[in-house]
Amino acid sequence: MRVGVVTFPGTLDDRDAARAVRAGGSVAIELWHGDADLKNVDAVILPGGFSYGDYLRCGAISRFAPVMTSIIEQANKGMPLLGICNGFQVLCESHLLPGALTRNSDLHFLCKDQVISIENTNTPWTSSFSKGQEILIPLKNGEGSFQCDDATLASLEGEGRIIARYVGENPNGSRNLIAGITNTRGNVVGLMPHPEHAIDTLTGPSADGLGFFTSILNAMVK
Amino acid sequence: MAKIVVDVMLKPEILDPQGNAVASALPRLGFTFATSVRQGKRFEIEVAGEPTPAQLAEVEKAAEVLLSNPVIENYVVRVEK
Repeated sequence: MRVGVVTFPGTLDDRDAARAVRAGGSVAIELWHGDADLKNVDAVILPGGFSYGDYLRCGAISRFAPVMTSIIEQANKGMPLLGICNGFQVLCESHLLPGALTRNSDLHFLCKDQVISIENTNTPWTSSFSKGQEILIPLKNGEGSFQCDDATLASLEGEGRIIARYVGENPNGSRNLIAGITNTRGNVVGLMPHPEHAIDTLTGPSADGLGFFTSILNAMVK
Repeated sequence: MAKIVVDVMLKPEILDPQGNAVASALPRLGFTFATSVRQGKRFEIEVAGEPTPAQLAEVEKAAEVLLSNPVIENYVVRVEK
């Protein structure tokens, strides 16, 4: 299976994301922000970093990159799409996911290993997990506080679209401890912490993050 | 020359940690006047000559699509002489 990993100017985690894709059993395809060609990929990952320097708002300028036009079009047709950290911010700015990621409530940039619980295992990115499974993966962001209005929050809760929550103390002020959400269709997932940095214990705090990348292979083989 | 100014502010219900940090720094410097501080962004846009209604409409559109995120922010467009 071919999983595209997008590089914007300022992206940091594209190499780790590509490595995680390979570790999960798929082929990683490099996609460039300025090129609308998705190279026949089956799924796309928007990795973490500081695309366009986080100028204006995180993800606000990336949303209009040529590659995003094709990605939004394909995602609306059901292509699996995962945005991690800055990628999650791009998905919210693109309106593929509701809400917005705002400055951490304590203003500090966070960099720590974080326990999250997987709440929805019906997406193509989370099917390798069991519901309620707690995993340990890195969390590193300055603007990771998930905010939305009450009606949006109620629909996310009611429709089971919160795919992961922080366990323990709220690290960044996110509403209802939200670490990740999905769209109505379930093919687009945004996640603030970083599974691609936790695919083996040599380089990460655990191998728990690998599940996101084995999930996508399973989803596409089915 | 006239300037088109777009002020972008977080919606009142959205937490503003930067504004809060400023609010708590003020009294440390002896400034005791503030009961609350909110921090926003100001865009100054120059156009050739006086802005036309069509240009202002375009700026409104740009403010909606790019300069602000309507999920969390409000904006105001005005002309400054």
